[in-house]
Amino acid sequence: MSSEKPTGNLLVPTRRQLLAGAATLSATAMLPNLARADVPLTSAVNTTGLAVTDTEVTVGILHSVTGTMAISETGSVEAEKLAIDQINAQGGVLGRKIKFIQEDGASDWPTFAEKAKKLLVQDKCAAVMGCWTSASRKAVLPVFEQYNGMLYYPTFYEGLEQSKNVIYTGQEATQQILAGLNWVEKEKGAKTFYLLGSDYIWPRTSNKIARKHIENVLKLKVVGEEYFPLGSTQFNSVINKMKLVKPDVIYAIIVGGSNVAFYKQLKAAGIDLTKQTLMTISVTEDEILGIGGENIVGAYACMKYFQSLDNPNNKAFVPAFKKMWGEKTVIGDVTQAAYLGPWLWKLTAEKAGSFDIDKIAAASPGVEFKGAPEGYVRIHENHHLWSKTRVGRARLDGQYDVIYETAELMEPNPFPKGYQ
Amino acid sequence: MFGYSLGELGSILVMQGFSGLILFSVYLLMALGLAIIFGQMGVINMAHGEFMILGAYMTYFCSHLFASYLPGLYAGYFFVAMIVAFIASGTAGLIVEWALIRRLYARPLDTLLATWGLSLIMQQAFRSGFGAREVGVELPPWMMGSLQVTDTIEVQINGLFVMGLTLLITAGVAVLMFKSRWGLQVRSVMANRTMAGAVGIDTRRVDRLTFGLGCGIAGIAGSAFTMIGSTGPTAGQLYIVDTFLVVVFGGAQSLLGTIASALTISQSQSTLEFFLTGSMAKVITLLIVIGILMLRPQGLFALKVRR
Repeated sequence: MSSEKPTGNLLVPTRRQLLAGAATLSATAMLPNLARADVPLTSAVNTTGLAVTDTEVTVGILHSVTGTMAISETGSVEAEKLAIDQINAQGGVLGRKIKFIQEDGASDWPTFAEKAKKLLVQDKCAAVMGCWTSASRKAVLPVFEQYNGMLYYPTFYEGLEQSKNVIYTGQEATQQILAGLNWVEKEKGAKTFYLLGSDYIWPRTSNKIARKHIENVLKLKVVGEEYFPLGSTQFNSVINKMKLVKPDVIYAIIVGGSNVAFYKQLKAAGIDLTKQTLMTISVTEDEILGIGGENIVGAYACMKYFQSLDNPNNKAFVPAFKKMWGEKTVIGDVTQAAYLGPWLWKLTAEKAGSFDIDKIAAASPGVEFKGAPEGYVRIHENHHLWSKTRVGRARLDGQYDVIYETAELMEPNPFPKGYQ
Repeated sequence: MFGYSLGELGSILVMQGFSGLILFSVYLLMALGLAIIFGQMGVINMAHGEFMILGAYMTYFCSHLFASYLPGLYAGYFFVAMIVAFIASGTAGLIVEWALIRRLYARPLDTLLATWGLSLIMQQAFRSGFGAREVGVELPPWMMGSLQVTDTIEVQINGLFVMGLTLLITAGVAVLMFKSRWGLQVRSVMANRTMAGAVGIDTRRVDRLTFGLGCGIAGIAGSAFTMIGSTGPTAGQLYIVDTFLVVVFGGAQSLLGTIASALTISQSQSTLEFFLTGSMAKVITLLIVIGILMLRPQGLFALKVRR
């Protein structure tokens, strides 16, 4: 083939060399794969009829961009698009550029199931990055298992689940709770805890784990536990109760609009979080935008990622995110976890040498991502991530100061014995 | 609740009573606008919460405007914001009445559906206009924190503010309804629409102004609630259920009923919350309301209307 002829020195081109050069150009244009001989054949990497061509592979993004949950899920969508962009800029996955199809779950769980089915059956997506609430994940889980798809789920959640078809890139409950409680006991000398939560599965399961840990492991005391209907906006009564019992630590898992009301009323009631220890696992930088830094300054949050983390990966990630989505955006824990999804999938596909779902599921355990903004993560046999737990303290400007991180990676344990 | 000194219990009792009063003011402020509209024209405005959030966004807007251009007057921006909120929500209400509601007066169930659709449209409009994320409305420093009355008793400043505001608006509405010429017209349309029309009252105009006024008050309420709640595209949904509860329980068409109902619900809610947990308090409050409504389907107070 003419493309193998040397076309080197064209400084003083002869007529023959010019012709040869032209031939090279046209040959490469007609046969693009020749220039990228390392790209594996489509028939080899895709044996189950997924949407993979010689140049492209299709993935799905399934989040709510309308409805109640849009507040929370917007950040995840942004992070996933950034990751896909960056992967494509590096040459894609197995030599193929990632193309994404985005569907809107509209904060409605049956819609999530319907759209998941569409992404898997009609669009044949090789992987889907999506869902935020546990309810939406539970709604799509049977779909992913029936049609054998791969879901990368970003949110920290209550655990008690494990599936071949899901990679959980957020923390399960024990990863988020235990280290934080240990820290607060050791550093703050806390003896009594008051547990608060919104009334649904995640806060209830998490507080159950927290209570068992406080009572059975740390041998300390829970002096109150209360739940409020989702969307509740009045917290004055419970604030009065807490003033009466004076717990060392307020442990709050309040979500959504209630969050804003809770912290504003706490502040108005004269409870100064720089003096009263409050620990939360539900307030990321995203939530502080609505709450206002002045209302939550001094509170402790237990997460695996904070935007202010000081490591080289994060120093590259934050500016890239801001460049793509605007200077004013903030990055919370879940947004970072969503960013891991496409990268973990890429690394797994390269390890498996295939896009086939079964091979991806089998190759996932042990896959490590050294470029994670949170530092380093590795997929466990149970499809959750090994990751560190960190404690941050809220600043006036809505960011957190990272004041503690576990020395070792915390093992994911979605079915914790003795905590149920 | 044992093991505490009498003094402590006493001050908690005072603060608890105060939180009940704050809750009462909040409920009343939420319900006033809806009650006026429902009482006057039998229209259940499902988009009431969204008119409130429009007011909240106006407050957000004003706080930024003042922070950037008039930092010297920042301490007082909230008063301007409430007026802007009233005008914005009221104008939006007038437009909605003109474009949508007046065509549906004969079909009350359809107004329910139409205003619900309107609430969805407004939510998405907020989302497109202001972004899907919640916004934080910053308050002037004097409105934050609490007054130290005694060593153990503290009173929230923003609570006092909401109470004062509610008092003012309720009094204003009462004067408007019972002392002004326009109020007379409204009340006569309420009592008998056909006869009122026959004696020369422009019922359409009365309807439109009432709807605008109701929405405007919702705007002020929304503006005030930036002190205690969140401002986001769907935050209006947080208030709508409680609002309906207050209006229906109080008996439509009665200002006094709305006040009595807000008082009953807020006091039982706040007392129960202290002894039970938040969720249980809500359940029991709702059970009480259902029980009373079974005995008095017309609500606590109802005007005698010839049917």
